[in-house]
Amino acid sequence: MRHEISILIIGLFVVLSTASVTAGVLSARAPKPLSATLVNLTQRINAWWVMVALMTVAFFFGRYGMTILFALISFAALREFVTLTHSRRSDHWVLLGMFGIVIPFQYWLVWTAWYGLFVIFIPVYCFLLMPAITALHGDTERFLERIAAQQWAIMISVYCVSHVPALLTLNVPGFEGRNLLLIAFLIIVVQGSDVLQYIFGKLFGKHRFSPTVSPSKTWEGLVGGLVASSLLGALLSFITPFSPLQASAVAFVACTMGFLGGLVASAIKRDQGVKDWGHLIEGHGGMLDRTDSLVFAAPIFFHIVRYFWTV
Amino acid sequence: MSKLSLRTFTLLQTATSVGLSALAWAVTGVRPIWSGSQPSDRQRIYFANHTSHGDFILLSACLSEKERAITHAIAAAEYWGKSRLRRFIAEDMLSSVLISRQWTSPEENPISVMLSVLDQGHSLIIFPEGTRNMSDELLPFRSGLYNLSMARPDVELIPCWIENMSRVLPKGQFLPVPLLCRVVFGAPVAVAPSEERRAFLARARAALLALDPRPDRDD
Repeated sequence: MRHEISILIIGLFVVLSTASVTAGVLSARAPKPLSATLVNLTQRINAWWVMVALMTVAFFFGRYGMTILFALISFAALREFVTLTHSRRSDHWVLLGMFGIVIPFQYWLVWTAWYGLFVIFIPVYCFLLMPAITALHGDTERFLERIAAQQWAIMISVYCVSHVPALLTLNVPGFEGRNLLLIAFLIIVVQGSDVLQYIFGKLFGKHRFSPTVSPSKTWEGLVGGLVASSLLGALLSFITPFSPLQASAVAFVACTMGFLGGLVASAIKRDQGVKDWGHLIEGHGGMLDRTDSLVFAAPIFFHIVRYFWTV
Repeated sequence: MSKLSLRTFTLLQTATSVGLSALAWAVTGVRPIWSGSQPSDRQRIYFANHTSHGDFILLSACLSEKERAITHAIAAAEYWGKSRLRRFIAEDMLSSVLISRQWTSPEENPISVMLSVLDQGHSLIIFPEGTRNMSDELLPFRSGLYNLSMARPDVELIPCWIENMSRVLPKGQFLPVPLLCRVVFGAPVAVAPSEERRAFLARARAALLALDPRPDRDD
């Protein structure tokens, strides 16, 4: 596994260095003051350096690193989601429980690989008990809206995100001890697809995909990004249990889900009247702005691998 | 209260202030939005909406270390002076200044207590609503703001809108829900020549309310 990780790290280093140099040259040549797009591009690339560095560090701590990192990502994402949606004073204990009980318990289930409870704890127990607690408080004002927002909050920020470290619990024959590479594959392909869609959209984007939801998504960006990230998937098949063809198909499905995740996140933001979820990552917005695609891709990727590749 | 003299922070106060600011950031990711004023170490009275015990911690987390060391929150002696522990937390840890609503002797007069802090070159954080507000409307302001400004016209009055804290730590709760918070610092407000007390207080209240970034206030 060392060999594959070294190749990934060198590859990411080369890609990011190329991006930084390109942005530097573009900025040096562009008329001053720099356009907002160029400033934002440089901020985004700088943030990528930090994110890749953090992921790499977490990678070296293996199962501990991944579980803790994604629990923290869930925390940041949930905080952004709950901040944005409506809640009332009587929701205090339910909100506390989402941070103080749901996140730790879900990640404990990941840690102990208790698959049976991991998949139903949130969609069954939390989905039934949280509205029950809210009803017991007796405050029915905008009841359905409040419980729906709470359920979506933990679904997106905790349940979906926790499927990334849960990849470590899968038992793929002939791939033992290398599951970290599945996480690397998923993240590189899905985040790579975001970047590729951004690049194709900026270079060739003409026809808007859905003007009412997200003005920045174009057909050209989508098709270019999906084709390129499927190729990227095939290229990375050497770190997976998949053949190159399988890897590109899996990448295609994951990235399509990722695109839909971005679309849904945009629709929620538009409904709530904001542009970004938060300000945690300079140039990108909040944690959910960066992970919205991963959120939709992770559970599907998890179940594809579990269904077709595990015993 | 008569022997009120302010020194630079003790070790305990510095440790508390650094620790609480870090905690405020970890829980609420608090960010200052400077909209009409800039960070500065000149003498100021920060006045803010009040919904939670966490308010002043959030506000001071937005100030620089240097400013924090000379900025004192004004707190009610009726609540914070009730037990030894509370008084220790308020005065020795948070370096707040306690004022009494039912004062008897002249040196307990809240205005003279606050003026004595200003006269030592320090800044204040005050909550002119006078209490933690449970309603959705900003309460009418008490007169202190006007009296302080009349007595020390060269001290800047900065309105500070603290966002979301009523959801993070509502009155009566002691465990905070981690939600993102911002503190919006507005342009300084000053008493206009011959402006009457009530008109000024209404204007200061409107200036604070105008900083609320929520697009609609229907919740």
